[in-house]
Amino acid sequence: MDSCEDSRKLCQSQGYTFPILSDPKAEVIRSYGVLHARAGMNDQDIARPAEFLVDAAGVIRWVNLTEDIRVRARPENVLRAIDELLPAKASTR
Amino acid sequence: MKRSWNSFVWLGFGTTLGAILSYFLVFLLFPVTRDIPWVTFALFVPAVWLLVAGVSRAFGQPERYRGKVAGPILGMLSVTLIGLFGYFAFALTKDLPSASAALHPGQQAPDFTLADAGGKPVALSEILRHNRGAVLIFYRGYW
Repeated sequence: MDSCEDSRKLCQSQGYTFPILSDPKAEVIRSYGVLHARAGMNDQDIARPAEFLVDAAGVIRWVNLTEDIRVRARPENVLRAIDELLPAKASTR
Repeated sequence: MKRSWNSFVWLGFGTTLGAILSYFLVFLLFPVTRDIPWVTFALFVPAVWLLVAGVSRAFGQPERYRGKVAGPILGMLSVTLIGLFGYFAFALTKDLPSASAALHPGQQAPDFTLADAGGKPVALSEILRHNRGAVLIFYRGYW
């Protein structure tokens, strides 16, 4: 998995503004059940690709677990899940 | 009589390389050609046909065509590349542990605090307090 430093370079080069978090001990990866043991460089524990949608109450509403690392959720899949499963934004604008 | 250049073996090899490169440069971008790389495998068909035709005419009509050395070498290289691509597409990228341990919809998402790219701690509970939800994307890294 990537260090904070690797993520910083990625954010800079790609202009990402969402948080990219680093889980060096794979604790969160384990707690979500998506560990791919010793699959990284130097037998490091890494995550299998997975996408979770969590609502404001902290309940998981949608999960995408691939069986092929080439095949992952596309932005449009995630946006559709958000539209269908999360209550509409409160109109407080 | 001067023997002619055996273009089939070179075209066959070139088509093999082109099929594989175009997967990573183009067809990987579209789910319909990415998930099952059918365009790539379709391109392997003329590639193999050209190689077989080229090698067989190099050996069948050696007085007319060159390629007795280049033909088998490029043929073997192409077969190896096609084999490696097949291994990549049908075995390597599917080599994942079972997903049965993963949390599923309806379960509570375990709260966590992890450092972001600037080293600043970020808590899921804090994000959820200010937003209608959150998308957690686990990825393998090494980009």
